[in-house]
Amino acid sequence: MAQQSGVGKFINKYAIFIVLVAMVVVLSFLSPAFLTPQNLINVLITESGRGILAIGVAFTIISRGIDLSVGSIVSLTSVIAASLVQEPSYSARIFPNLPLLPPIVAVLAGLAAGTVVGMTNGALIAYTAIPPFIATLGSMIIARGLALILTNAYPVPMLRPEFKIIGQGSLGPIPYVVIVFALVAIVAYIILGYTRFGKNVYAIGGNVNAAKTSGIKVHKNLVAIYAVSGFCASIAGILITARAASGIATLGNNYELDAIAAATIGGTSHTGGIGTVPGIIAGILILGILNNGLLLLGISPYLQQVIKGIIIVGAVIFDMRKNARQK
Amino acid sequence: MEEYILEMKNIVRTFPGVRALNGVDFQAKRGFVHALMGENGAGKSTLMKCLVGINPPDSGEICLKGEKVTIPNPHEALKLGIAMIYQELNPVAERSVMENIWLGREPMLRGFGVLVDHKTMYEQTRQLLKELEIDIDPKIKVKELSVAKMQMIEIAKAISYNADVVIMDEPTSSLTPNEVEHLFSMIRKLKARNVAVIYITHKMEEIFTIADEVTVLRDGNNITTNPIAEMTIDSLITAMVGRRLTEMFPKMESGIGGVKLAVHNIEVPGLLHDVSFDLRQGEILGVAGLVGAGRTELMETLFGLRHKSAGEILIDGTQVEIRSPSDAIEAGIGFLTEDRRLNGIIPVLSVKVNTIVANLRNYLRYGFFLNLKKIQKDCEDYKDRLKIRTPALDTVIQNLSGGNQQKVLVARWLLTNPDILILDEPTRGIDVGAKAEIHTIITKLACEGKSIIMVSSEMPEILGMSDRILVMSRGQITAILDRKDADQETIMRYAAAKANNNQVA
Repeated sequence: MAQQSGVGKFINKYAIFIVLVAMVVVLSFLSPAFLTPQNLINVLITESGRGILAIGVAFTIISRGIDLSVGSIVSLTSVIAASLVQEPSYSARIFPNLPLLPPIVAVLAGLAAGTVVGMTNGALIAYTAIPPFIATLGSMIIARGLALILTNAYPVPMLRPEFKIIGQGSLGPIPYVVIVFALVAIVAYIILGYTRFGKNVYAIGGNVNAAKTSGIKVHKNLVAIYAVSGFCASIAGILITARAASGIATLGNNYELDAIAAATIGGTSHTGGIGTVPGIIAGILILGILNNGLLLLGISPYLQQVIKGIIIVGAVIFDMRKNARQK
Repeated sequence: MEEYILEMKNIVRTFPGVRALNGVDFQAKRGFVHALMGENGAGKSTLMKCLVGINPPDSGEICLKGEKVTIPNPHEALKLGIAMIYQELNPVAERSVMENIWLGREPMLRGFGVLVDHKTMYEQTRQLLKELEIDIDPKIKVKELSVAKMQMIEIAKAISYNADVVIMDEPTSSLTPNEVEHLFSMIRKLKARNVAVIYITHKMEEIFTIADEVTVLRDGNNITTNPIAEMTIDSLITAMVGRRLTEMFPKMESGIGGVKLAVHNIEVPGLLHDVSFDLRQGEILGVAGLVGAGRTELMETLFGLRHKSAGEILIDGTQVEIRSPSDAIEAGIGFLTEDRRLNGIIPVLSVKVNTIVANLRNYLRYGFFLNLKKIQKDCEDYKDRLKIRTPALDTVIQNLSGGNQQKVLVARWLLTNPDILILDEPTRGIDVGAKAEIHTIITKLACEGKSIIMVSSEMPEILGMSDRILVMSRGQITAILDRKDADQETIMRYAAAKANNNQVA
């Protein structure tokens, strides 16, 4: 192993955060509107949902899998939760005879739906050994289909204010959605770093044979890993629905790709065993700031996509070179 | 006929920490079958990999048909007429027989040069197979063929390259007796075509059936090359194992106690048959046998990685049900697996995580959180105790040397505080110094009262470390020898023996 200088090591280790800071600095100079509290909070609000998705998806990627179904889980959660909190006065309710339920019921139902889809993914992957890509591709299509069936493709509007406040209210200057995002990140950080389950996730992704011989119950852990991903996706689904004030079966379209991109840019390795929560957050913020900054600078949204794609591939090339050098 | 088609002179090849070939001379003649024998790790495969360019030699000369050649890769070897049929065949299973044979040099339609001429390909394949009397449809997918037929295809492919030298690396290891017979008739056809066949094997009876000459390697040296008629099974075994002293094994007498583990009549269909033995407290039980004898499979069964169809396992006289590794760990068994890279280390994770991964349950606080302080302390303890050389406990384990990786794995299992420790090839591929350290650790553990099963393919290790030696052949136990009754010849004889009761399928 070639010895690296201290500076080189530092840059390698914190590259993603250096990129993030550099972007903030450059954009602050280019656009006076960028570095204002309101704009930064807007970025956070916009990215909270996808950030939570990315954290969940990262569990699956660290375990050397993938979860394509999270975008569809957002939509399924959205219509289920919304259908349970429509104004009783609204005549075209999904469930016309539904009594007035506390909003927490809607939230729990949404979370349960996402978790069940996730557990199903995990069980399929663990017990039938089909590749995660295929299993979650299937459930992605199924979950989206269920959401469309439930609503007949119509939006689910007229949600009660007690529910909408989750997405629209704030504690002081900080919106609830951002607080939830932060909480999810903290909990995920603790789980990955400080619990047995977290170590199992890394071990399974790093070498599934070694994990098995070490007595780790790989099947059960896979079910739990995909359940975490589904659970995170349903949290995001609730937040986005409450904010949009309407349940929509096409909500969260393509969010799975943004989530995977964020986790990847944040240094989560698709060969398994590597990934951190701070990295993922940096990844989602880089994507968010990029979107926001390019918008402020008046750059065409189509060009934005090209730039985003280049950054994703570039991040992985950099990451693979970094890891190869360690061998 | 004394003209050699192939001459390898003074071939040296080193790998980090090992001199695998130590100036080997080797010759092969046209129309002769030349057997290449030796213990595991003697250098047989390495020598052949030098020849076909997978691991070109560090020094030495290869002459083909009297001309000096350099062979940088297997493709060049094929072009020169040297083909190797590997122990693990690697065909493109989803494609047809003919596509596999002509892979990379498909006949093209004239005029364009971009479209494959399937008709010609089919005709040439049919012709080739007919000539060799192989009854296989060129259009069938390779995955539909048996291993034996895949080998036929590989041989046909070698012929299609006009190979003059065909190397077969333990070709019969997964064949039935009938298929072996068929393979031998193929080999005779190759002889008749004036091809030089180099045949690597462990199996004595095959040598005397098919080979004309035999070369024995030991520790990277050519010990003897002789016509087969001048050799006997005994002289071959003596040549293979040599008469080395059992040097440098720090064996201490441990007080051996009562029976710790008793295994009765274990069956695993196709792999293990009627396996019974017991293991005492404080004992080191060596397990010897050739590759494929079922040693690792037996250990995996004891550890719950494989499922037995019959038989029972008793620990301290009580029957235990072991269905998974976590059951085994619960029952006080630790298992240092054979293949460090495949089943042992988690390459991208730290030394610390690799140390504790089998023992996370013992670090739980409030049933969920890990006690990081205790983890740090235990890892430091074992790092000192086993002299693990690592820059830090947070260093990624793949940056450590093989010996130190192995010590981390030993630490992993010691942390689970097992009563029974299974070590499968504990010193394979690590340097001599680290080897001695691991031997010392093993002996000390036995003195502390742990019961140890040590699978090893290295005779000196088996003889130097074990209190008793269990010998396996073809899925059965052929002998359990006391330390004082064991020597290399006896063990080799039992390892090559057919068990006298029922054969394993």
